[in-house]
Amino acid sequence: MEQFLQQFPVVFNSLNVGFLQTMKLFFVTLLGALPLGLLLALGEVSRARVLRGAIKVLVWIIRGSPLMIQLLIIYYGPGLLAGSISAEAAESNWFLAFLRSCKWSGGEDGRFTAAAVAFIINYACYFCEIYRGGIQGIPVGQEEAGLVLGMTGWQIFFKVKLLQMIKAILPPISNEIITLVKDTSLARIISLQEVIWAGQAFLKGSQGISGAIWPLFFTGVYYLVANGLLTVGLAKLEKKLSYFR
Amino acid sequence: MPILEVEHLRKSFGQTLVLDDISFSMEAGDTLSIIGSSGSGKTTLLRCLNFLERPDEAIIRVRDEVLLDASHADRLSAQETRKKRLHFGLVFQSFNLFPQYTALQNVMLAEELLARETPGWKTHKAEITARIRAHAEDLLREMGLANRMNNYPHQLSGGQCQRVAIARALALSPDILCFDEPTSALDPELTGEVLRVIRGLAERNTTMVIVTHEMAFARDVSSHVIFMDDGRICEQGSPAEVFGNPQQERTRQFLSRYRDEN
Repeated sequence: MEQFLQQFPVVFNSLNVGFLQTMKLFFVTLLGALPLGLLLALGEVSRARVLRGAIKVLVWIIRGSPLMIQLLIIYYGPGLLAGSISAEAAESNWFLAFLRSCKWSGGEDGRFTAAAVAFIINYACYFCEIYRGGIQGIPVGQEEAGLVLGMTGWQIFFKVKLLQMIKAILPPISNEIITLVKDTSLARIISLQEVIWAGQAFLKGSQGISGAIWPLFFTGVYYLVANGLLTVGLAKLEKKLSYFR
Repeated sequence: MPILEVEHLRKSFGQTLVLDDISFSMEAGDTLSIIGSSGSGKTTLLRCLNFLERPDEAIIRVRDEVLLDASHADRLSAQETRKKRLHFGLVFQSFNLFPQYTALQNVMLAEELLARETPGWKTHKAEITARIRAHAEDLLREMGLANRMNNYPHQLSGGQCQRVAIARALALSPDILCFDEPTSALDPELTGEVLRVIRGLAERNTTMVIVTHEMAFARDVSSHVIFMDDGRICEQGSPAEVFGNPQQERTRQFLSRYRDEN
């Protein structure tokens, strides 16, 4: 017990730093994936057949394969590709030179950017399908009512459909958001220094503590608290939108 | 001068011909009722007038202006279609009110969006909005909804919803107001209040095209009746002619079946 009390402040500090990185990844992913998913969904319900097909293939690939693999490919892929291009080849061809320069910067910043890119693409694809369901679930009469009142397509989308769509998709989106909090732990695979990474450090030895497994277990508390707060907030939002049916 | 002329309108969905050589005209202030069994093409005809469907062939004129000549292959731009559409208003069978807006907001929305495109909008925003609001309130009062303006559609009865929808269509002052079976989604009690409102509009010489199954109403309120059968106009004339002395066997058959039911 005495040992635990000694370790706790050190571990707590370290986990807080890790969790900050977890939350940063969480918010950056939401900020990127929520609008990107909407763009993909609008493409998927558009009349452009090629675009629709391309988005369907992308969604299939991203939803059909593990996020962990996507993370590995996006983090290590560019470096491996750049490394396979020799300096001489790059000199003679500007495109090869460009590819050779495409690498994530070393260190935590590079890892974070790579993780954010992977998470945004992955979650945008899930959001896309939810949005699409929301858009297609709005009765066609809403669009027709807008049309006969002389509204433009954009006005119908923003003034008539959008809020109805948000209301309809809020429960499934909430589900994904809560999953995202926990999914950020996958970034551990590319050594992003998020909360799990921070907890694990005390197993191997860090800041004079080694062989301690309880910090790793304790990271669970962070996820629980974050998701508890999110659940309350999202329920509030849902209630706010219950003024219409 | 007729306010609306439709000539040789033809429309098919794939292989099925749903409207065949429809021609009619009406004068300003007329109330035209279109009757006929389900599937006879009445609703599709209204949707063609409102540019929700594109006829394969037709010339549609409003006040001598050609709105649509389907023989011109080039499609109208979205902007042109929007402008032409505003000659018509449409009241739907299922109301199609916007659920996230109050009755008043439903009536104001389209007029406000149109006002934003006018040059004076930015400088006179407050006055224009106040004027649109006053107009919408007048319309809702006229519909007997003075104390329902701030209710959301789900807080209103079907009859009240349909009256909001009528006010919403009237807000843009269309030349011709179309009704697509406006009482078919309502129970008999609520039907009465909506029909009363439409009757009031007829008395004030609002130009209307009404697709309806309410025969007694069509007979009382119309200045002109069209009976449609299988995508064609089978018979048309004054209510006295069509209801009192139908010339076509098919019309007699339809009307007698209707009389049996009542």
